Amino acid sequence: MMVTVALFGVLTLVALAPIAIALSAKPNATGFVYGACLIVTLILFLLALHSLLEHPAASTITLPLGLPWLGAHFKIDPLSAFFLVVVNLGAAAASLFALGYGRHEESPQRVLPFFPVYLAAMNLVVLADDAFSFLLSWELMSLSSWALVITDHRRAENRRAGYVYLLMASFGTLTLLLAFGLMAGGDGAYAFDAIRAAHPTIGTAALVLILALIGAGSKAGLVPLHAWLPLAHPAAPSHVSALMSGVMTKVAVYGFIRIAFDLLGTPQWWWSLVVLALGGVTAVMGVLYALMQRDLKRVLAYSTIENIGVIFASLGLALAFKAYAMDVAAALALTAALLHVFNHSLFKSLLFFGAGSVLTATGTRDMEQLGGLIHRMPQTAFVFLIGCTAISALPPLNGFVSEWLSFQAILLSPQLPSWGLKLMVPAVGALLALSAALAAACFVRAFGIVFLGRPRSSEAAAAQETDTNSLAAMYALAATCLIAGILPGIFIDALAPVVQALTGARMPVQTGAEWMSIVPIAESRSSYNGLLVFAFMVITGMATAFAIHRFASDKIRRGPAWGCGYPDASPLTQYSASSFAQPIRRVFGSLVFRAREIGTMPPPGSRAPATLTVQLRDLIWDFAYAPVANAVGLIAERLNYLQFLTIRSYLTLVFAALVILLMVLATWP
Amino acid sequence: MAVIYDFALQGAQMLLVLLMAPLLTGFVRKVKARLLSRKGPPLLQPYRDLLKLMRKDVVLADNASWLFRVIPYLVFATTWVAASLVPTFRSGLMFSWTADLIAIIAVLGSARFFLALAGMDAGTSFGGIGSSREVMIASLAEPAMLMIVFAIALIAGSTQLSTMAAFMNSAEVGLRVSLGLALIALVIVAVAENARIPVDNPATHLELTMVHEAMVLEYSGRHLALIELAASLKLLLYVSLIACLFAPWGISPAIIAPAALMIGAAAYVGKLGTLGFLLAVFETAIAKMRVFRVPEFLGAALMLALLATLLRFVSRGF
Repeated sequence: MMVTVALFGVLTLVALAPIAIALSAKPNATGFVYGACLIVTLILFLLALHSLLEHPAASTITLPLGLPWLGAHFKIDPLSAFFLVVVNLGAAAASLFALGYGRHEESPQRVLPFFPVYLAAMNLVVLADDAFSFLLSWELMSLSSWALVITDHRRAENRRAGYVYLLMASFGTLTLLLAFGLMAGGDGAYAFDAIRAAHPTIGTAALVLILALIGAGSKAGLVPLHAWLPLAHPAAPSHVSALMSGVMTKVAVYGFIRIAFDLLGTPQWWWSLVVLALGGVTAVMGVLYALMQRDLKRVLAYSTIENIGVIFASLGLALAFKAYAMDVAAALALTAALLHVFNHSLFKSLLFFGAGSVLTATGTRDMEQLGGLIHRMPQTAFVFLIGCTAISALPPLNGFVSEWLSFQAILLSPQLPSWGLKLMVPAVGALLALSAALAAACFVRAFGIVFLGRPRSSEAAAAQETDTNSLAAMYALAATCLIAGILPGIFIDALAPVVQALTGARMPVQTGAEWMSIVPIAESRSSYNGLLVFAFMVITGMATAFAIHRFASDKIRRGPAWGCGYPDASPLTQYSASSFAQPIRRVFGSLVFRAREIGTMPPPGSRAPATLTVQLRDLIWDFAYAPVANAVGLIAERLNYLQFLTIRSYLTLVFAALVILLMVLATWP
Repeated sequence: MAVIYDFALQGAQMLLVLLMAPLLTGFVRKVKARLLSRKGPPLLQPYRDLLKLMRKDVVLADNASWLFRVIPYLVFATTWVAASLVPTFRSGLMFSWTADLIAIIAVLGSARFFLALAGMDAGTSFGGIGSSREVMIASLAEPAMLMIVFAIALIAGSTQLSTMAAFMNSAEVGLRVSLGLALIALVIVAVAENARIPVDNPATHLELTMVHEAMVLEYSGRHLALIELAASLKLLLYVSLIACLFAPWGISPAIIAPAALMIGAAAYVGKLGTLGFLLAVFETAIAKMRVFRVPEFLGAALMLALLATLLRFVSRGF
């Protein structure tokens, strides 16, 4: 029943595409398409929320589509219900934001038809219950988002982003195809139920895990498969960027969880070693890259990579606990991962919306051209600040809760018997702690440079506050961030059926705890109460303000800022985005990016300007991608002469190929 | 009745930290002055400074936004809340379970986040230099602090400060290598977090190597008073933390006996005095570092804390 309604919703979304094409010349097409998307995704969201909270029995349906002997299976179980909630909440927020933002679109006909299809495809991936529909939906998701990435195809960098994205997406789908092929075996038992029933050998399972990690990880942005992400996510229109970063990466995480926790059965302990290491490295690399960027949307895209690292690190921990049948600990780690999935989808969408509003207001994403926007866009600044606080894992907002749960899970891990994990887990813990601290630095920089200080360009000085619909979407997300931060128990309890289904255990019921605290294991061990922390901060802050204004002084005078005696300093003397990152670049960058600063000082008396050049190398690109690209180019060049042969040579080649294939077939065991 | 008593004790702790914080700052200043053969300001001078600042007008920079005016209250409130959650004279207070040690560190992180933003609001390069160095120092001090928490939590089996203090007070602890490493790391982090010598100098203004003072340069009047009070509270917090984890003697557990409370309070004042004196001696004996030697200093703390944690993972004996 549930799944039928959900598929109808998806069908409506798909049907919106031709309508959008027909309408796209009309002035109110934008409003119609995004309005319809908003309504449909809201219905889907409520439906998914109902399945998750009331958890009725899994609802399935088999349609006579796709492979003739298989049909198309769809299903809503707790895991897919949770991810449907994430997808449709993000989609609804993006549609609401786009009701305002989309009006500034230069060529709406390049966005409107693909947007609903993209939403439908993400829903379908989560709904699919057999490998064939899963891969088909996955590919649809990749292609529709690719079309959205090259919306602004006149800019060469966007075309390149689209090209790299397409390559990486095909590569990811290929590995997933192989993974599912291995799991389904020779008989083509592609239904997930059949895959679950089959027990792969240890070797096959390991191979499947690696392939799934590559396939899902490349979509999610795991280092070193992340190279496309910071190119593609910022290139799309901002509401699509929000969906790609906030939601699509989560669909990729869903793919990994589905394969590693559900389809493959009991994990081996060393799988977790790989996942943990990749997660930890991704978290730190992602945020270090983010700190070096000056394009606001690219900062956000790299920070997505960081958060995916955090999620995968928790998933790796959950795998480790599951391998040793420590179910309660596995439940804690998995809850941390899923809660972070939810949280990140909220604040990353919020931040991309904010970046979109800034882009509309000023026409630039370059942080060095912005500044002082808090005066001209006070509401956007306020919600963006909430997003920044949340993503920096600061209490009392939601990012901290999932981070805190991950740390609590790490503190349970000395009981793991394997030596590899005993050494790996504390190292990953340190990496997570480092990434959290660097994320705070990154978002002080992002908010401070863009919204605080004085405007660095005339566009920034003339910016206007964004429209009501965009603000409504951002306020809604910011409010959810706050609620999830101060009442996390409700959200943890909602995740219980998902965690129960995947690990066989769940965290203790939280909503009954005194004063709405969250207590992962026992109160004597650890507890956190976001509500009280928030209440204490607000009450003491307000009481202090009241007392001081009442009894001491409430007078204010304005005067120029202290400029060391040099009057009217230009806004260019402010700290810029790159100068703010300089200390961190100096501490971490010389190792990670081979950062070098080359300064030239003209001789005394010369009037030439002094210059400072900063060189950063993307070592992952240089050592992992460039050699592959060069090799492909070289081979293509060598094989080029095959295009200019005579007809006789071609016939000979065809004949030779035929003979070789026949020989292979004849000798095949 | 018991609830009211618990509530009163929690309130007493909040007031105690608030009233003791300027005294500790004044005490450290006084001892430092005496060590340099100066007479030094009277012990109560910080209170007078605060009262004077409170009564003065605020002079805001032309470009300062609403955020700049809200931040002092935010920073003060968060630091005060964090400081009153660390056990001082009695553990297991009414709200002690509100935030465990990880959360307390993160609450302090919130305060720093906002203070660093305030530094960038006026749009001068002084604020920028302070903020950017502050977050650089934090990016190493915070992970180091978390690893210290991990190491101690793995020994005590809890991140709840009351439980940790009770465990450290029991005979079960003994001398451990990992505890020693954690203590050294904690001292380094505390020095850096409180902008003390050799990382930063709390006594200078307008010097190019300064960090914290550059960040708050644009603040004046009551705003500055709140920021200074918050800085004192933070110093008190770290001293209380070291005392409660590594010298938990005298902290009375949840027993309602006035005598035990008096002993706890006296022991607390004694510990503050001792640690404050040691801090003053340490600061007088050492020279300030160049700013880019600070990462090495803090990196050492991070490595020590990581080593302590690793030891706990490898063997229960260390």
